[in-house]
Amino acid sequence: MKSHWQILVVDDEEVMCESLAAWLREDGYLVDTAASGRGAVEKARSRDYAIYFVDLKMPGGMDGIETMMQIRRLHPDASIIIITAYATVDTAITAMKEGAQEYIVKPCNPEEISLLVSRIIKVKNLQRENSILRKKLTRQYSVHDVVSKNPKMQDILRLAQEIASLRSTVLIQGESGTGKEMVARAIHFSGDRAQGPFIAVSCAALAETLLESELFGHEKGAFTGATGQKRGKFEMADGGTLFLDEIGDISAKLQVDLLRVLQDRSFYRVGGSQEVRVDVRVIAASHVNLQQAVAAGKFRDDLFYRLNVIEVRIPPLRDRREDIPLLVRHFIEKLSPELGKEIQGISEGALRVLMDYNWPGNVRELENAVERAMVSCRSKNLADTDFSFLVPDGDSPRRVSFPAGMSLAEMEKVLIAATLERTGGNIKESASVLGIDRSTIYEKIRKYEIPRP
Amino acid sequence: MKYLYVGATPEVDREALTAVRDRVAAEFGVTVREMALSEIGFAFDPARRQYGSTAVLEMLMRVCPADAVKFLAVTEHDLFIPVLTFVYGHAQLGGKAAVISLARLRQEFYGLPPNREVFLERAYKEALHEVGHTFGLVHCADRSCAMALGTNVRQIDGKQAAFCASCAAALRRRPRE
Repeated sequence: MKSHWQILVVDDEEVMCESLAAWLREDGYLVDTAASGRGAVEKARSRDYAIYFVDLKMPGGMDGIETMMQIRRLHPDASIIIITAYATVDTAITAMKEGAQEYIVKPCNPEEISLLVSRIIKVKNLQRENSILRKKLTRQYSVHDVVSKNPKMQDILRLAQEIASLRSTVLIQGESGTGKEMVARAIHFSGDRAQGPFIAVSCAALAETLLESELFGHEKGAFTGATGQKRGKFEMADGGTLFLDEIGDISAKLQVDLLRVLQDRSFYRVGGSQEVRVDVRVIAASHVNLQQAVAAGKFRDDLFYRLNVIEVRIPPLRDRREDIPLLVRHFIEKLSPELGKEIQGISEGALRVLMDYNWPGNVRELENAVERAMVSCRSKNLADTDFSFLVPDGDSPRRVSFPAGMSLAEMEKVLIAATLERTGGNIKESASVLGIDRSTIYEKIRKYEIPRP
Repeated sequence: MKYLYVGATPEVDREALTAVRDRVAAEFGVTVREMALSEIGFAFDPARRQYGSTAVLEMLMRVCPADAVKFLAVTEHDLFIPVLTFVYGHAQLGGKAAVISLARLRQEFYGLPPNREVFLERAYKEALHEVGHTFGLVHCADRSCAMALGTNVRQIDGKQAAFCASCAAALRRRPRE
């Protein structure tokens, strides 16, 4: 349909402007007009037109070339046709150098304009079709924002749909940044509990006593500072799902408390004597291997078996590299409106860089990398240079050495400081690279008094 | 009772005018009235040695009879709009007035031997096309439809002197005027 496409005709001579606009309207296009360069830029600010016809000579301090340059600043891929009654080789060269798609001399042959417009619209239609097909492709491999065409991930997503309406506890294991919470959300939102709350708690982020109060709530006066009764996350998740992330980090006491809740479906608020009953489905996640933690005596086996009713193991991104192009497109589409960018895709070279990288921080690191590249990107396609901050393994800009005699805490401090330096102080990215939570990195920065670059 | 007026400037080929009038009446199912128009020298541009079609449309609106549902003018003069080198015709999209020029429809214009049949065929295809615009029809993607864009006589010759099913349906759906 031609009427999907809008054309802007810019000419200070009303009769020229209107005659071209009327002729294009007869061709079925929606046509807007502007009598000056400034007027055109104003209109382009609120809408991107499929084609801009811009007269070369216009008074008021903004000629056709300047108008074109300003429009291109707003819409770098705009199709701009410069029209002039005073054609010279110099103006034609300038117009083309500054990015005009065509340069035509008026009056022009109707056939010439007709062919020109239909050729540009044909390309626009193909671009639009391509974008729709890409979106369809992403949707085909996406369940509640989990995007993958990897067979193992497809099995996980199928399992997520099958178990969505059960109340059985689920244990999701996988490296940091693999998308454990996303899978938990996919399970929650695919089942009967979708209308109920989804409450996520990071067990690693809080100290034992705080976590206890956070999970079970407390009564007024239960401890210093408990000035009123507070509902815990278990109560908040009643009728829905409670997602306990980094479950491997909870204390022995909390392991006992949690086991009791999972067995009895009831608990007591901290400092309370009244039993609280809840209907909550628990999905737990851990980046450490809980089976090994059980074997090492760090995690209760009875709690492990209670949690591990349904087991989901998410493969790291390096084991499902076929998902990288799909995920990159998904992130570009997701982040473009947030960042106010109109990035349409990624070059083959940039994709090669991403495919070759090892992604220690998994999907989270990939998302951060795409976001960082989009922020600095100046064109409509991400190029390999936009990912120059990705340093392949073994090619670190700053080598970190750990001389003998150094304590573990000192090593941790040095490593965190070096990672922060490498990411330019980006906490989210540093946490992703180090494989820890943001809350953990903040805690360690405070603890070691690491200066932020 | 509303009429479709067909007006001709003094120099117009009478046979062509009759052909246009009859064909328009049959295709749009309306009663057609003829109207004599005076010379259009006011629209003449000495630099281009052509006649501005916009000025002609403005004149038509000034002299348009009250009982006219549409008003089609036929002229032998070569027409133009400022941005284009020439036009075969010009219409107010969804409006009342339209004008067609017979100047570039004859084989002789292109240095070929005269062919009356081809010329008349082109004339009423152009008439249908421009009157179609006044009924709000835009260019049709079907190259054989009278509403297809014609920027040269080859394209006009490739069209049928009738509307495609889709444009005909759009015409039938138009509000009664």
